[in-house]
Amino acid sequence: MGSAVAKTKHIIHGVFNDEVPLLEACKKLRASGIRIKDVFSPMPIHGIDGVIGVPRTRIAICAFIYGITGTSLATLMMWYMMISDWPNDIGGKPNWAYYLNVPAFIPITFESTVFCAAHGMALTYFLRCWLVPGAKAKNPDPRTTDDKFLILLELTDEQAKKAEEILKSNGAEEVNHKGSYIVPAAYTLEEAH
Amino acid sequence: MNTEKLNFTVPSKTKMFSFILMGIGLLSIILMFVMDKGNEELHYHAHTRAWSNVFAGSFFFMALSLAAAFFLGLQYAAEAGWATTIKRVIEAVTAYLPWGIAFMLLIFILGQLHIHHIYHWMTEGIADPNSPNYDEVIAAKIGYFGIFWWVRTILYMIGWWWFTNKLVKNSRAADALEIDTNNSYHWKNVKLSAWFMVLFAVTSSTSSWDWVMSIDTHWFSTLFGWYIFSGMWISAIVAITVLIIWLKKLGYLEFVTESTIHDMGKWMFAISFLWTYLYFSQFMLIWYSDIPEEVIYFQTRWESYKALMWTVFFVNFAFPMVMLMSRDCKRNFFFLMFIGTIIFIGHYLDVIMIVMPGTVGHAWTGLSWMEFGCFAFFLGLFIFVVTRALSKAPLMVKNHPYLDESLHHST
Repeated sequence: MGSAVAKTKHIIHGVFNDEVPLLEACKKLRASGIRIKDVFSPMPIHGIDGVIGVPRTRIAICAFIYGITGTSLATLMMWYMMISDWPNDIGGKPNWAYYLNVPAFIPITFESTVFCAAHGMALTYFLRCWLVPGAKAKNPDPRTTDDKFLILLELTDEQAKKAEEILKSNGAEEVNHKGSYIVPAAYTLEEAH
Repeated sequence: MNTEKLNFTVPSKTKMFSFILMGIGLLSIILMFVMDKGNEELHYHAHTRAWSNVFAGSFFFMALSLAAAFFLGLQYAAEAGWATTIKRVIEAVTAYLPWGIAFMLLIFILGQLHIHHIYHWMTEGIADPNSPNYDEVIAAKIGYFGIFWWVRTILYMIGWWWFTNKLVKNSRAADALEIDTNNSYHWKNVKLSAWFMVLFAVTSSTSSWDWVMSIDTHWFSTLFGWYIFSGMWISAIVAITVLIIWLKKLGYLEFVTESTIHDMGKWMFAISFLWTYLYFSQFMLIWYSDIPEEVIYFQTRWESYKALMWTVFFVNFAFPMVMLMSRDCKRNFFFLMFIGTIIFIGHYLDVIMIVMPGTVGHAWTGLSWMEFGCFAFFLGLFIFVVTRALSKAPLMVKNHPYLDESLHHST
């Protein structure tokens, strides 16, 4: 456990021309115990989440829960409408029990499951990334929407020096200092490794 | 990379295993023909079940290798790069196609010679009003059968075999070149595949009407072709996946990434759903519209094949859905192999369920050693042919423009 003292954190941007040296630099940074805040890229880079230490997404679990919700809602709805509240005779099909008429209900159950899973996932994603109407872009450097790749670091004094060296020796085009901020003593404990 | 492991040699154990399977299979086929007696009361001819089993085995493995050829062509036509490292495995599975075609042809010829009664419409005098075998419904359809049917059958066989053979030949020819600057063989295959896709799209449907749906000559379903197609596709995917994992276990295919196998797992999951979708759509529409001449198809199955019907549905739908849903399962080799094997048998049972009610009908007494024995024979032959084909060419392709992409494939 580290001691609780206020720390200065430096914001560093490592700008790259290509994703290959960027990935290499990320591996080296992580190997020397430096935490990568984020990476910005004009296009998706496959397998980068593992390299920069992003934990596995839990959206699949959400999708499953949303899907099951959709299945249940559809079943409940159709049971109430078609069996319980007002049994309709459609084409002479049995209508006094849900299971006897189940083939007719499968398409709706399926559609409702897909609907809830897809919309639930999309909404969760938007909310989790805070991509809501009127949200401000969090991009630190607009060039990353065109042809540049950027590693964002927020580090203490000694780590910043080490990181700078690693970035430069791994082909970073620019290493930009974007100011610093002070982390109050109360917050530094949890960050100490 | 270990260069020795780029050329596959069939392990003697595997050869032994395939011969044992074929031996057991052959023995049970002979026994099956001896023991399969007729039943006048149920209008059941002797040997019908035996012939139906031989038909199911021939058709299942022929369709499987055909679907593998389709899968290979699909990668070319879509210019997909991910599957380049496993192309030789897919090619090896297509090597069974001529064997499958030969078996089918044999069955058709024997049927035409009235040695078996799989096809009702092949009966003598079926369209002759003065004959005791006259059937009004079939007589109205007879223009589609007879000579026209034979012309189509021969065309499918020649077409499929020609395209598959050409695709594999071009792929091997590219290997022989030191460097293929224009990717000439690749582009030849892309063009060839585009045409093959067109041919396959039409013939996979029409051939399943002609060869499989015509067993129940009175009955028809417009969805039938796709239903058969999805079944053969999933079987091919399982066969390819199991082969890849088996080769990896033997120390071959080191260059195939985990992501490629993960993708095969995704295919397995997705096409299981495609099959379910088509199976259910066909069933639901017939159940809903309740037209006697359509419903009869499922009535026979419901009355005499209920256990098989539910088994097929659960093994081929619920089982892969639950088991292959998570990412970790699709990346676990043992899991994929285990589930693949079960689905593979499930789809063989599906073919049994498609064939038997139309031939054996209500004389069916449930699954028995006959089905499994016959399956063993064809499986043994399939393993023998495919492993031998695998050893004919290096496992790594050469001069393929997407090879590098495939070697670095990650998802």
